[in-house]
Amino acid sequence: MTAANTYRETYKEEANEQLLELETSLLELEETPEDAELIGKAFRAMHTIKGSGAMFGFDDIAGFTHEIETVYDKVREGIIPVTKDLIDLTLMAKDHIKSMLDETPPDEARIGLTSSEIVTAFKKLASEKALFTPPPITTYSDRASSSYTSDGNMSYRIRFKPSSDIFLTGTDPLLLLGEIHSLGECKVIAQVDNIPPLDEMNPECCYVYWDMILTTNQGIDAIRDVFIFVEESCELTINTIDLEKTFEIEEGYKKIGEILIEKGDINKEDLKKALVEKKYLGEILIERGLVNSGKVESALIEQEHIRKIRDKTKTKEETQSNIKVPADKLDTLVNLVGELVTVQARLTQTTSAFHDAELDAIAEEVERLTVELRDNTLNIRMLPIGSTFGRFKRLVRDLSGELGKEIELATEGAETELDKTVIEKLNDPLVHLIRNSIDHGIEPPDVRISQGKPATGTILLSAVHSGGNVIIRIQDDGKGLNKEAILAKAMEKGLVAQNADLTEKDIFGFIFHPGFSTAKEVTSVSGRGVGMDVVQKAIDSLRGLINIASVKGEGTTITITLPLTLAIIEGLLVAIDRSSFVIPLSIVEECVELTGEDVKRSHGKNIARIRGELVPYIRLRNEFNIQGERPPIEQIVVTGRNGEKMGFVVDHVIGEHQTVIKNLGKFYRNVEGISGATILGDGTVALILDVPKIAKNVEMAEAVFG
Amino acid sequence: MGKRILTADDSASIRQMVTFTLKGAGYEVVEAIDGRDALSRLNGNPIHMVITDLNMPNLDGIGLVKGIRANPAYKFIPIILLTTESQESKKIEGRTAGATGWIVKPFKPEQLIAVVKKVLG
Repeated sequence: MTAANTYRETYKEEANEQLLELETSLLELEETPEDAELIGKAFRAMHTIKGSGAMFGFDDIAGFTHEIETVYDKVREGIIPVTKDLIDLTLMAKDHIKSMLDETPPDEARIGLTSSEIVTAFKKLASEKALFTPPPITTYSDRASSSYTSDGNMSYRIRFKPSSDIFLTGTDPLLLLGEIHSLGECKVIAQVDNIPPLDEMNPECCYVYWDMILTTNQGIDAIRDVFIFVEESCELTINTIDLEKTFEIEEGYKKIGEILIEKGDINKEDLKKALVEKKYLGEILIERGLVNSGKVESALIEQEHIRKIRDKTKTKEETQSNIKVPADKLDTLVNLVGELVTVQARLTQTTSAFHDAELDAIAEEVERLTVELRDNTLNIRMLPIGSTFGRFKRLVRDLSGELGKEIELATEGAETELDKTVIEKLNDPLVHLIRNSIDHGIEPPDVRISQGKPATGTILLSAVHSGGNVIIRIQDDGKGLNKEAILAKAMEKGLVAQNADLTEKDIFGFIFHPGFSTAKEVTSVSGRGVGMDVVQKAIDSLRGLINIASVKGEGTTITITLPLTLAIIEGLLVAIDRSSFVIPLSIVEECVELTGEDVKRSHGKNIARIRGELVPYIRLRNEFNIQGERPPIEQIVVTGRNGEKMGFVVDHVIGEHQTVIKNLGKFYRNVEGISGATILGDGTVALILDVPKIAKNVEMAEAVFG
Repeated sequence: MGKRILTADDSASIRQMVTFTLKGAGYEVVEAIDGRDALSRLNGNPIHMVITDLNMPNLDGIGLVKGIRANPAYKFIPIILLTTESQESKKIEGRTAGATGWIVKPFKPEQLIAVVKKVLG
């Protein structure tokens, strides 16, 4: 619910922008009525308003705008000329859309009237010049019911304790937890206190049980339904814990002690005794063995969950006000916060040398605040990716029409948030990939039918959060990649030996090869590959990964994994002599040792054998001309990209390191192989490696010098 | 590869409906005409789930559940019983024998798919 609401807010903001754009274009158009670019601009604005409106339940706006857009489609094609009347009417329509956007609750009668009046006028205008399709009837009652009912959320505390032989009935408790998760906002705490020592454990038994805190509008029956098959053979308690309607009266949520008593995890006597001491109640109870830490954790999470839900409800109810800020001001803020994070790390490191409790406390406080400030600042730059998704509908519609194919674009996870810069830079590669799917992936209707597929092909565009990453998927149900043809082409180009033993992943990786992509012949052979190297480059510059999976005759799935933000990098800190480097963690697969023995055994070739697989490596020490003695045992950081593994030899691996990226100064900006720098806690600089670039440079050098 | 489901029922029409529905949802289906047939078709084959009727000649549903669970290879696969309202006691009996859940006849295709998705993930 809440995601949908933020989405509506964003839509309103976007629509207002588009309306402004529409107005400007119209006014300019009045002066130069022949300007095709201006007509296009106006059309696009309306199209966005319509397309996104329909997605977020602004059906009245979508319905209305559709009518005007239809007319402008004709204007674009030159069937209807731009006249003063048309512009007057469109400006009226624009004001009307604006009033529909702002007016809450809508004055149905009035909007309905002007709506149809304007549409009739457009129709009249259009019919004088061209054919016009009758407008679908827009119902305004829909809107009232969908957006103005309260969401009726309730929170439940669920304890699910399956009988230990649950596995023997073919039930997977995790699936049940997953189902609960899908009902609403949910926190799950696993209680592990019943797990016996290893030698007494029967691996076929389930010892874990779960506490769940769920906020949903689906009602208690929906929760019971999830457990329908196991209800009789498990302990299941479901309690309602917080009615949103009553929360305003209460000061805060229940105290931990109250929660534990309610659940029967502890009795009142013990609680009283424990409360005499003045520490955190949870700590006392655990210390005394009255209750285990899992139970306390579950109570704590419950408190937090409810607090969060309440905060959300509150912000939802207070009218949201937005401020528009120029992007460069935000960038400055992000930079400053980056500096602060760096200084803070130094502060923490320096204070730790003093062993002064008071100083430590201050440093910790600064650290806490800095982290919060950093997260909040980065969050400001986050936008839902849906704004980009909306644009692709048009692309799919137009292109499929042109090619005589029937294609539907489905989107999922449009509310997923990503850094603004990432979203902007993502647009082109996504367009490219979707074009590929339409052009080469999905077959014409008659071919599809003859293969037993539905005539209409589907492209699914989805985005989902996964840890610190966002995963974007473009999935089509077209003919898939032709593995044999790609392989043949790769052999022809001399990219691979005739009898090489390649995995599917390796083979698909060839289409990212620059030479692989240009000519028409490739299109007809491989079905894909037009400019995939460009896509790869764009994704690389976003520090992302791209992956292809394809089944012949069933379709192709392209998966792009991107970091949430470009301002921060999750890296692996490594050291060579006294220099430190950061390797982006997203591409690191593993670290293995490289001993003198290993080196000797490979006869001077930079190749390591890792679990039977040969992995070429690059000695960063040589690459960066670092003098000094090599340690007897070095470390190889193995990275993977498109199924190609590449090792980087360093002296030591120090560990994971989250860091704010600083751009290099003008002088160094064009140094190849380095994408940025970061300042470590002790004030030294660590360079961030541009791994794909280094690998490429070495490959090229080898190609030249043999 | 799609998941493979074995369906056992002596009624050809129910078998047909179950098969059609499951295939439409992208599952592979193996049909068996009774419990004994089902056990013989299971043997050694990768089967991810079983949907079985209760009343069948040769070996009934409960017997089939017991037979499946006795084979270590199929100890943990989901088994769904097709029951009628009047067989409430059979439901518990089936559960004890190791069945995962049940669908009450008559059921709609959507219900069947929902249950399959529920227990198969």
